[in-house]
Amino acid sequence: MNIRKIARRTFLIGATAIAGGLAVGYYYVRKPYPNPLEDELSEGEVTFNPYVKIAPDNTITIITARAEMGQGVQTTLAAMVAEELDVTLDQIKVEHGPADWTYFNSAMMEDASPFPFLDESFIVEVTRSMMPPIAKLLGIQATGGSSSMKDGYDKMRQSGCAARLLLIAAASQELGIDAAGLKTENGSIIDPTSGQSITYGELAAKAATLEPPSKLVLRKKSDWKLLGKSQRRTDIPAKVTGQPIYGIDVDLPEMIYGTVKMSPRFGANAIFHDDKAALAVPGVTAVIPLETPAGSGFGIIAENTWAAFKGAEALEVKWGEADHPPEDEGIYALFDKALSSTPHNIMRNDGNAETVFADAPREVILSAEYRVPWLAHACMEPMNATARWKDGVLDIWAPNQAPTLIQMTVSGLVGVASEDVNVHITTLGGGFGRRLEMDFVQYAVEMAKHTEGKPIKVTWTREEDTSHDAYRPAAKTKLRALLNPGTIPTALDIHLATPSIIKSFMGRTFPMLSPAGPDRTMVDGLFDQPYTIENYRVSTSKVDVNIPVGFWRSVGASHTAYVHECFLDEIAEKSEMDPLAMRLELAKEYPAALGVLNKVAEMCVWDNNFAKNSTRGRGLALSLSFGTWVAEVVQVNATEDGIVIENVWCATEIGEALDPDNIKAQMMSGIVFGLSAAMGQEITFSDGMVEQQNFDGFDVMRMHQCPTIEVEILETYHKMGGAGEPGTPPAAPALANAIYAATGKRIRALPLSSETDFA
Amino acid sequence: MREAQAKMQLEINGKPTEVGDDAEMPLLWALRDIVGLKGTKFGCGIAACGACTVHIDGEPVRSCQMPIGEVSGAVTTIEALGTLENLSILQQAWIDEQVPQCGYCQSGQLMAASALLRDKPKPTDADIDEAMTNLCRCGTYPRIRAAIKLAASKMGA
Repeated sequence: MNIRKIARRTFLIGATAIAGGLAVGYYYVRKPYPNPLEDELSEGEVTFNPYVKIAPDNTITIITARAEMGQGVQTTLAAMVAEELDVTLDQIKVEHGPADWTYFNSAMMEDASPFPFLDESFIVEVTRSMMPPIAKLLGIQATGGSSSMKDGYDKMRQSGCAARLLLIAAASQELGIDAAGLKTENGSIIDPTSGQSITYGELAAKAATLEPPSKLVLRKKSDWKLLGKSQRRTDIPAKVTGQPIYGIDVDLPEMIYGTVKMSPRFGANAIFHDDKAALAVPGVTAVIPLETPAGSGFGIIAENTWAAFKGAEALEVKWGEADHPPEDEGIYALFDKALSSTPHNIMRNDGNAETVFADAPREVILSAEYRVPWLAHACMEPMNATARWKDGVLDIWAPNQAPTLIQMTVSGLVGVASEDVNVHITTLGGGFGRRLEMDFVQYAVEMAKHTEGKPIKVTWTREEDTSHDAYRPAAKTKLRALLNPGTIPTALDIHLATPSIIKSFMGRTFPMLSPAGPDRTMVDGLFDQPYTIENYRVSTSKVDVNIPVGFWRSVGASHTAYVHECFLDEIAEKSEMDPLAMRLELAKEYPAALGVLNKVAEMCVWDNNFAKNSTRGRGLALSLSFGTWVAEVVQVNATEDGIVIENVWCATEIGEALDPDNIKAQMMSGIVFGLSAAMGQEITFSDGMVEQQNFDGFDVMRMHQCPTIEVEILETYHKMGGAGEPGTPPAAPALANAIYAATGKRIRALPLSSETDFA
Repeated sequence: MREAQAKMQLEINGKPTEVGDDAEMPLLWALRDIVGLKGTKFGCGIAACGACTVHIDGEPVRSCQMPIGEVSGAVTTIEALGTLENLSILQQAWIDEQVPQCGYCQSGQLMAASALLRDKPKPTDADIDEAMTNLCRCGTYPRIRAAIKLAASKMGA
C-alpha cells in the first residue's frame, strides 16, 4: 500500500471521527477525500466536486454514482444537481462515474440499524446518526434499499449549489461586477444590467481555482424548476434504439468469451470431470476449474458466447452431495423444527402476549400457519461480467450494484490493493438485489487469469442464472390472534422461521467476518408495521440451511407483508369486521397509514359488500417499507378459465415526491413484480438441485395477465421514503385477499398457483 | 483444429453481412458476437422471453432459436428501426409514454410491436395481448400498451 492510500485511509478515519460530516459543504471545509474525477478529466475539463465536471465547450457532466437498473435513479439524482446548478436536463450528460469511497451510501446504512422505522426515540435517532459515519468508514458505494433519493437529497443539491456559486464568483471577477448582481440561466451567467452573458464552460477553468464557498443556501422548494415535477428520463433514448449500454454488450479489443458451469448442488464440488468433449467443441479453447467463496465449478473459455455455451453443455462432470437436505420435504422440516423451538430473537413485544394467550379460552384464539417459497431474481439481463488482468492492473466491466464491494472482494484474487481494481459500471438489465452479489465478477476475474492479458466477457446461460442465485429466502410463520368480536384483536403473536440473509451474504462475501446480533432483514415488514395491538409480539428463529439467500426487491417485506396482511383479513372475517375498517382502527395512531388507506378506498370506491355473490372479489393490503407507506386494492374475477386480475389501485405516501411520474412507474413495476411472484413463482429442490432452470419453469406475468394499475401519491409525512421497492410487499396479500373474497378459498402458501389457476 | 468452412452471408439491415461459418449458431449470437450488433438481447435461449426478437422478411422471429443456416430472408434488427437522430414513430411513442425502465427487453418489445402495427394498424387490446408475449421483468406492460396505441394513432394521422 503506498503512502497516498495510507494517508487516505488514515485521513478518512480521522475525518469520520472528528467531523462525521456528510454534506458536500464539508467536502470543501475538510476535504476528507481526493476527488476521484481528477484522475479522469478530458482535455480542458475541470471538476468542482465529485459530482460535477464542466468542459470549455459548456458540456456539463453530472456524476450520479448510483446504478441505473431501471428505477430511474440517475435522472432524479441528476435533477438534484441540475436544480441547484440552474441548468435543464437536456443540457447535461449523466454518467455513473468511477467506483470510489467518496460515493458511499449513508442512507442505506442508516436504514440497516436494528430499529423499526417508526421509532423516533432519542436513543434510536442517536444510533441512526452514527450509521452514516460507519458507512463512510466502510466506503460502501451501493445501490439498494430504496435509499438513493434520501442519500442524495442533500449532497447532490449542495454539489450543484457549490459549483454554481464558484461560477458566479468567477464571473464576478471576470466582469468586475458584484456577485450579488449576477444571475444564472441555462448554463450561463448573466449581468441583467448590461445584458452580458458568459457560459459556464468559459468560466469553469477559472472557477475551479477559487476558494470554495463556506456557506450554501439551497433553493426553496417553492422555487424548484425541476424537482417535484415529472422529468423525461435521460436514459430512455438509448434504450429504445438498441444502444450497447449493458454489461453484456461490452466490446473490447482482443476480447474473448466465456461462460461458467457451477456446481448445481450448493456447497458441493466436482468429484469427477472430463473436458474432452467440451474441448472438442469448435471455438472452445480452455476449461478451467473455479473455486471461490461464492461457488465451485468450471469456466469455459471460447471464441464466442455460443461456443462457450455448447462447451459447457458438453463438459462432463459428476458433482458431490449438497450440504443441505436434498429434497424440499427435508428442507422445510428444518423450518418446522425452528418453529417448534423457542424463538431466537424477540423483535417486538408490546404488552404481554405470552400471558394473555395462556389465560385465553381456546375458542377465541385464531391460529394459522403460512409458507413462502425461495425465489430467484430473474433479471432480464443474465449475470455477466468482463474482466481484464493485464500488467498488474485489474479492470472489470460489470452491471453491478456495489462497485466498492467488488474492489474489496476481488482484489485478493489477483493480489492487488482494492484501489487498484478499476470497476466500470455499465447500465444494468435489472438488478432487484441480485447484482449486489459478487459471484459473477469473481468468476470472470478467475477466468481472466488464464487469458494472457486479454479481456474476457463471461456470460451465464439463463439456466445457470436461475439455478445459481442468492434466493429470496423461504419462510414459515405461525400466527395466533386473540379475537375480540366486532373490533380489533387483543393480542397478535407471530413466530417466523427463515434463514438470515445477512449471515448468508457475509459468509460468501466476507468469509473472515462473522456477523453478530439479530438480522432485521428477517422481520422487515412484520415487526415495524403501523398497527397498535395491546399485546403484540414478533419473534424469529434463524433456519440454518446452506442455500444461498440474498436481497430480493423489498427483502423481508416481500414475504412478511403477505403473511401479516392475509392473517389480518382472517382476523377481520372472524371478528365480523370490514378489512378496511379494521385496518383503520389498528392504524389509528398513524395518520400516514390512515391517509393511504382512505385514499385507496376512495380510488376504488371500497365497499365491503362489493360484488357479493358474484365471481368478482377485492382484497386490501397495507405495508410500510423503506420509509414509504403503501395501500393496495386488487380486484379479481374468478372466470371459467381461471383467476383474472382486473385492477390494482395503489395509494402511496412517500413524504416528498421528487419525480411523480417516475414514482408511479416504480409503484407499477413493484406491483407487477409482487403479483408475478405471488401468482406462480417458486424455486424448489430435488436431488439437491434447483428444479427450475429457465422462464418455462420460473415464469413472469405477461401482457395479457397484467391488470389496469392506478397509482396516487401523497406527500404529507415528515420523512422522504423510497420508491423502488415499497410497491411490491402489498401486492401478494392484496391478491390473496381478493381471491378469498371472490372464491372463499384462503391460500396460506405461495405461489397461489399451487392451489388455484390463473387465466 | 477447426475445419476451414466458407463464411456464410445474410442480408442484415439491408446489407450483405458475413455471419461466420457455424450454421448451427443461433442468429442471436451471430448478430451479437460475430456481426457486432448488440441491440438484440440474450434473455433465455429457449424462445420464452422475446428479448432477442428480430424480423426476418418482416415477420417477428425469436433469434435465439433460429440457426443462421436456416435463415431464409432479410434480417432486420432494432438498429434499423430508427436512430437517435431519426427516431421511428414507434420509438418516439416509447419515449412519450416513458416506457422503458431497465430497458433490456425493450428492443424485443419494439420489434414485436412494429410487426404488430404493420399487420394491424389499429390493434385492439386483444390484438396487443396476442402479439405482445414478450417478457418484461420491470412490469412496463401498461405503458407498452399505451405506447402502441399512441403510435397507432400517429401512424394513422
